[in-house]
Amino acid sequence: MSTLELLVFLPLLAALAVGLGAPARFTALGASVLVLLISFYCALNFSTVLEGNGSWQFASSRTLLEMPGFPKLSLAFGLDGISLVLVLLSALVLVAAVWVAPVESAIKGSSRLYYVSLLLIGGGALGAFTATDLFFLYAFHELALIPTFLMIGIFGHGEQRVRTAWTITIFLGVGSLILLVGLILAVGALDSTSFDVATLTALAKSTPIAANLQGWIFLLLFIGFGILVSLFPFHSWAAPAYAEAPTPVAMLHAGVLKKFGLYGLIRLALPLAPAGAEKWLHLVLILLLGNILYIGLVTIAQKKLDRMLGYSSVMHMGYAFLGIAAGNVVGVSGAVLLMFAHGLSIALLFGLAGWMRDRFGGLEFDKLGGIAKSLPKLGLLFGFAAFASVGLPGFANFAAEVEVFFGAFAGEDAGMSWIRWATVGALWGVVISAVYMLRAYRTIFMGPKPEKLETPSDLDWGARVPLLILLVALLAVGFAPDLLNQFIRPAVNGLFLVTAQ
Amino acid sequence: MPVYYLEFIVVALGLVMLMVDAFAKLEDKRSLARLGILGLGIVFLLLFTVEKPAATEGVLWKFYAAPDSLSLFFKGLAVLCTLLVLVMAVEYTPVVVEQTANPEPGAHSQAGLGEFFALPVFACAGLMWMASANHLVSIFVSLETVSITFYILVAYLRRNVGSLEAGVKYLILGALSTGFLVYGFAWLFGVTGSMELPAISEALAREGINATAALFAFALILIALGFKLGAAPFHLWIPDVYQGAPTPITAFLSVGSKAAGAVVALRLISPFLASSPLVGKVTAILVVLAILTLLVGNLAALPQRNIKRLLAYSSVGHSGFLLMAMASAPRESLANAMTPATVVAFYLGAYLLMTLLAFLVLSSLRAVTPGEDLDAYRGLSKRSPFLAFALVVSMASLAGIPLTAGFFGKLFAFKMAIDAGQWGLLVAGLIAAGAGFYYYLKIAVSMYFSAPAKGEETAIRVNPLTAAAMVVLMILIVAAGFAPGLIVRLLS
Repeated sequence: MSTLELLVFLPLLAALAVGLGAPARFTALGASVLVLLISFYCALNFSTVLEGNGSWQFASSRTLLEMPGFPKLSLAFGLDGISLVLVLLSALVLVAAVWVAPVESAIKGSSRLYYVSLLLIGGGALGAFTATDLFFLYAFHELALIPTFLMIGIFGHGEQRVRTAWTITIFLGVGSLILLVGLILAVGALDSTSFDVATLTALAKSTPIAANLQGWIFLLLFIGFGILVSLFPFHSWAAPAYAEAPTPVAMLHAGVLKKFGLYGLIRLALPLAPAGAEKWLHLVLILLLGNILYIGLVTIAQKKLDRMLGYSSVMHMGYAFLGIAAGNVVGVSGAVLLMFAHGLSIALLFGLAGWMRDRFGGLEFDKLGGIAKSLPKLGLLFGFAAFASVGLPGFANFAAEVEVFFGAFAGEDAGMSWIRWATVGALWGVVISAVYMLRAYRTIFMGPKPEKLETPSDLDWGARVPLLILLVALLAVGFAPDLLNQFIRPAVNGLFLVTAQ
Repeated sequence: MPVYYLEFIVVALGLVMLMVDAFAKLEDKRSLARLGILGLGIVFLLLFTVEKPAATEGVLWKFYAAPDSLSLFFKGLAVLCTLLVLVMAVEYTPVVVEQTANPEPGAHSQAGLGEFFALPVFACAGLMWMASANHLVSIFVSLETVSITFYILVAYLRRNVGSLEAGVKYLILGALSTGFLVYGFAWLFGVTGSMELPAISEALAREGINATAALFAFALILIALGFKLGAAPFHLWIPDVYQGAPTPITAFLSVGSKAAGAVVALRLISPFLASSPLVGKVTAILVVLAILTLLVGNLAALPQRNIKRLLAYSSVGHSGFLLMAMASAPRESLANAMTPATVVAFYLGAYLLMTLLAFLVLSSLRAVTPGEDLDAYRGLSKRSPFLAFALVVSMASLAGIPLTAGFFGKLFAFKMAIDAGQWGLLVAGLIAAGAGFYYYLKIAVSMYFSAPAKGEETAIRVNPLTAAAMVVLMILIVAAGFAPGLIVRLLS
């Protein structure tokens, strides 16, 4: 069994073991810590010289289906710089999510199902980011989605949870179906004899798909992946789902799983249909401004912390789209770095919000206030998380957003192109996020304390350790973005070497 | 061993079961079913030892095709299906006993049970023969062997009005379809001058064939096969019969009868598709039939509240995907193309696994809860996490979610339609798959999201044999979803 097979199947086998009766929390935590160690091992032994969509490291492949008239199917895994960063993200968030899982104190009796689901989500996400076979890339993502639906429907907060579960199921199910049609169309148009992503990319380079068809394929992939990333105007599933999902599920979905859509755009849509991407650039820019500005204003109007965080995560996806729309090395690298940074910061925020919901019994702004005085550790940690989310220098988010803006504004001509106008518009998003985050911080942690509010004891180590792991990673990458950029740059470079010719 | 020994062994097994039932004075007749399961298990293993003879001269081979991987695959399906139906029948025994008990004092408490276990074994022999049938007469006789056993089995619960009604409906419509089949055979014989499939194939491919008469024969045969397959608009019997028949027999009908229809359709339709004067019209008819079946089956399943009716419409929908593959046969026989036979066989293999898993859960539940309404499944995850999980795996596969066998079945069918440029079929297929997601998911939702009904919170125990069968089916579904090559390899 290769390293990556171990990485992907460890959580899945752990889920099976828990399902069959192994001690739930111990097995889940053990497996996720092992996953984190394996992902560190991969990062330390990663060569930054190799480039391109197809120069996989730690590669392994097993042929599973050879049939005349049907592309070859193999269980193939491999890492390049982009997927390595996302594997690190998944592993970090998985450990944190499993660790803080007891924060949902209502879920005692069914903890087995609960931990099985978390492990399946984690294993599915790791599989989706490391698979180099188109089918498994798609299938592992589906595997991760299904338990999220179940978790929201069974253990979600609030009266509306079944309705919310249906909404997210229908949205993401339709998104996946559109995506599947786009992918099948692309494989068919390339006349590929294999589902291998590297083979497909090479084919798209040597014999590009007809421009008109590329336009359709890109549109299908963009909308399909876009729905998964909560692209405006297909975002309405996201905030209620995150608000009502059990805390670790919200952390995993908003932090990790949602990044699959962006990953797919970078890994598949841009290389397979570059002409289509150019053709639809204007649409992409308008929609991403919708994400940043319109959803930004919606976020300001929220009255509950979990909803606000949900909308803020929708909003920040706009920057990632901007980096991808830039279509150059700086912009796309920035988008990848942003996926990492946003994943950690939103997981941290949802973790803290979940802890607060459990202790205070609710997250309405008007029922909370002045908490920082009695709970200083919580206040400090939340402050850090809020600053990270706003994109203050010193956090990974800052480095990523700067790269995205630089990439989007880059270019040799002097005039204002569409994307430059869009960048100017998107910059206002920074102000908007500062407004809602700082306002939320002020109402919850500063000011007078409502009389009815009871104060629980401060964050204990059980909640502190996992969240600190996320914070330390955010700060480390914030101060030294090159920790990850050394992996991302060559991979993105390779992507453009392959596609630009 | 020569391949036809297997049918003899299966028939002998059925006779032995009847004899034991008549003379051995068994206290618990469920041992008969266990005997049958054991015997069929041995036959299944023997399938792998079949010789493939080089020379196939003689009278027998006129009626019986030389064993190729396709016919062996279908024989395997028949044996496996019957075996699992017997497992279900063991679970379902209390219901059969209650509905067939002999009220006379001193009668055996399980008086009517022996034949319930023995008849499926005879049907199995018919199904196995059909997989190799090579001659219109042997196709007809094997098909009738299966149908007549089914007429009895569907109406088996003789104190249950629903079962009797289902039996009468099935008998009348079945007899009608047999009429169409024989009439179609007669026309086919008239057009081609032969009853042997290879000769028919040759005659149809000749220029100057009487195309009108050949198409008439095709239409008659297609009506009869549409009845067996459950293709719209010949599906009207399906919901009522599925609902009324004893659950194991519903499963047998749903898988065995469909596999029989499919294998006969593959053998009878391919000569028409290979004939250049006919292929255009035949394809058009098949496309229309496939689109109708896909849409009717899946859309009619949406509002169903009774789980057996829901599965009945879903079974119609799955026939649509089978027809989709058949209608998309490549015009020229390319070496590098998927054949309808492979796709249909794979689809049926996957369909067997997931449908029988669903029916195993159904019959385990039927033994403890009287209702077959969807409400009976509310909160099942709390009463029996194992059964709920098994049903979710089966529903996921039926819906075609990736990493289950069902996904590849659908994907292959779609790929064939794309390669053949059948865009209408593709759109109908997408609508059908989308609708499928909804109604299969509905069952999962009511099992996991709602609490059990009042007074039905008790845990459910599953009998070990059934549980083992379920685990094996679940493993196979996921394994074929990861590595469809496992099944495809059996077919080449």
